[in-house]
Amino acid sequence: MERSTLDLWVGLFMVAGLGALTILALKVGNMGSFGGTETYQLSAEFTNIGGLKPRAAVKSSGVVVGRVAEITFDNEKFLAKVSMTIDKRYKFPKDTSAAILTAGLLGEQYIGLEGGADEAMLANGGTITLTQSAVVLEKLISQFMYSKASEGGSAK
Amino acid sequence: MFNRGNIINVRTVGHHTIDSVLRLGYATRFFALTLLHSGTSFRRLHLIIRELYFTGVLSMIIILVSGLFVGMVLGFQGYQTLKTYGSESALGVLVALSLVRELGPVVSALLFASRAGSAMTAEIGLMKTTEQLSAMEMMAVDPIARVVAPRFWAGVISMPLLAAMFSAMGVYGGYLIGVVLIGVDEGSFWSQMQSAVDFREDIVNGVIKSIVFGIAVTWIALFEGYDAPPTAEGVSGATTRTVVTSSLAILGLDFILTAFMFRGI
Repeated sequence: MERSTLDLWVGLFMVAGLGALTILALKVGNMGSFGGTETYQLSAEFTNIGGLKPRAAVKSSGVVVGRVAEITFDNEKFLAKVSMTIDKRYKFPKDTSAAILTAGLLGEQYIGLEGGADEAMLANGGTITLTQSAVVLEKLISQFMYSKASEGGSAK
Repeated sequence: MFNRGNIINVRTVGHHTIDSVLRLGYATRFFALTLLHSGTSFRRLHLIIRELYFTGVLSMIIILVSGLFVGMVLGFQGYQTLKTYGSESALGVLVALSLVRELGPVVSALLFASRAGSAMTAEIGLMKTTEQLSAMEMMAVDPIARVVAPRFWAGVISMPLLAAMFSAMGVYGGYLIGVVLIGVDEGSFWSQMQSAVDFREDIVNGVIKSIVFGIAVTWIALFEGYDAPPTAEGVSGATTRTVVTSSLAILGLDFILTAFMFRGI
């Protein structure tokens, strides 16, 4: 086979292979939507994180604004410390509250941010003080059962 | 206990053990020599391009078709199972993750071993049988630099590209069945896939896997060809050994790499 034909075919092969990699990165993976953009760090302390995992979404009004970077345990306050990377485009007031929510009944857990009314904005390394922990199903059921039992007692 | 038959049996076991250790040492020396002579073959790029045509371009058809069909089957099977739990919208995640993490690198490496690896072994084995390699040595041309190294690099370069093509094709196969044929919601198919598949954790690890498989398969194929007994029977045996050994190597390496890469998740 002639050398130029060979070069053409190999060139096509390389283009197809690199194109497939680009498709995987942009269309299948999350490079296109999130990544490469500049971010800043926020942290929050929770009494219970439930099933929250690193890389879980951080949402505000349902829009993904960042991801959970790291979850550590503070051995002095006995609280879970969650650090998040937030997209630089989104700013949140100082009195923003964070809650651990669940997508659907059995879905993944994520952090929901709700903006406050403060004039000052959270900067890089800022801490969200208003937090609401994950709902633990066992606790909920036991509370429900206690209240039912006390209701029954008073009715008698 | 110490009769003649038993002693001969023990001797055979020892002989085979020493022989395989010897072959492994020879194979390692061969690998080191190949790497050492790679500089020369990179200076003569047209040799690598020629081999890329034979290992990469000619393997493309089988890789693309298999990728499409594997993706379509994953679409059907995944839908059947996910439907039971009412989470058909996670079909995209299932198809993409299983392709990018496992099936893409492993199945394309297995196909590559039987399509390109066996051809490499047969070609080099026949070159040795017809004394072309010795003739090169006579002309002061190093057969490892001229014949082996370009083939090695062609294999290592084409393997990750082929695996990426396989995965991309498979995702579109899953899309074809899941969204176009069955009617899973298109938006949730892609968006759930994108939020679950991580570039660093999944795609880069898949590429690393396929590079490792590429090195293993081409190394085994080239060594078996180079080491083949110079007879018709020897070459056919070497070709068979290439496919068997490299398939086992792919599966073993895949287990080890998966254990390292995805342990924490």
